[in-house]
Amino acid sequence: MALPPLDSPQWQSPWRAFAWGLRSITQTILTIVLFVTYLGIGALAHDTHFSLVWALASTLFVWAGPAQIILITTLGSGATIIQSAIAVTVSAIRLFPMVVSVLPLMRTPTTKRRELVFAAHLTAVTLWVECHRFLPLVPRERRIAFVHGLGCGLVSVCLVANTVGYFLAANLTQTLGAAILLLTPLSFLFSTARNSREVADVVALALGILLYPLAAKMNSGLDILVSGVVAGTIAYGVHWWREVRA
Amino acid sequence: MSFAQLIGDWHALAVLFVAGVVPNQIWRMLGLWFGGGIDEGSELLVWVRAVATAILAGVIAQIVVEPPGALATVPDVLRYGAVGAGLVVFLLTRRSIFAGVVTGEVFMLAGKWWLG
Repeated sequence: MALPPLDSPQWQSPWRAFAWGLRSITQTILTIVLFVTYLGIGALAHDTHFSLVWALASTLFVWAGPAQIILITTLGSGATIIQSAIAVTVSAIRLFPMVVSVLPLMRTPTTKRRELVFAAHLTAVTLWVECHRFLPLVPRERRIAFVHGLGCGLVSVCLVANTVGYFLAANLTQTLGAAILLLTPLSFLFSTARNSREVADVVALALGILLYPLAAKMNSGLDILVSGVVAGTIAYGVHWWREVRA
Repeated sequence: MSFAQLIGDWHALAVLFVAGVVPNQIWRMLGLWFGGGIDEGSELLVWVRAVATAILAGVIAQIVVEPPGALATVPDVLRYGAVGAGLVVFLLTRRSIFAGVVTGEVFMLAGKWWLG
């Protein structure tokens, strides 16, 4: 499937642009990665005793895989609401620069802020990557509709994956259930590693994994935050040191 | 599974909004509101990105080290081995997410089968 040329009459209708966005989910491997990740989230929600509606609502209203996993694992392991909220909000800060950098791609001189609210909600790492790839091929005045289509398509795929994962975890043998739960750490580890372009990202990822077991021994209830802030700050130090030397 | 079980309790759904939806969504809306004025390469954002990545890394480690539900029935050595084997193949295949995930899964399932 190729998108129609920029001057094609196909782009005259916003609904057509929405449909092209929807169909574009078939053009990226990231759709499969998302499906696998959300299959795992559905299974994780089941095994930590959340309901299916809870899992689907978290996908619809949070729409950020890392935040959903942090929420499920922290609440599931007995953290307080405040502790979970802090861990989620720190993980979500990265959405801020993503939204800041992606919205100008859709804005026209007459675009009102409220027209961008839904596009901002849909912004997460996958959409952010795909916007940079697809939007140059879409006429500017149809980009919001296109992104709405693309985002709705990705959300739908993930809702289906959640449901499938939830019921698989409920009905599969223990071994296969374990295999589905293992999808989450594997897909997150490799997709984060793939997105790590700078040394600071790689150090943060590796140290964050290695320091967690140490932080967990302290049993503060804030293990993830402690290891995250320490590992992230060391990674920033490495970045700063390299900049100074360069 | 009954309808009530599918919905679960309302308390848990309220917690989802307080601990999950609001703390997450606030950053998107701030991005929408204050866009423009922020330099994407600023030092503060570099630090924030590093901490966010390390927190996610901690969550990955937590699921493997203190596994939930059915994953807890898999012996330690198989869980760590699966992540290690997946990582090696991920790096050898020039960062193929698919190859890494499949290798990790096959390692774990084969190990389970072999151990009986």
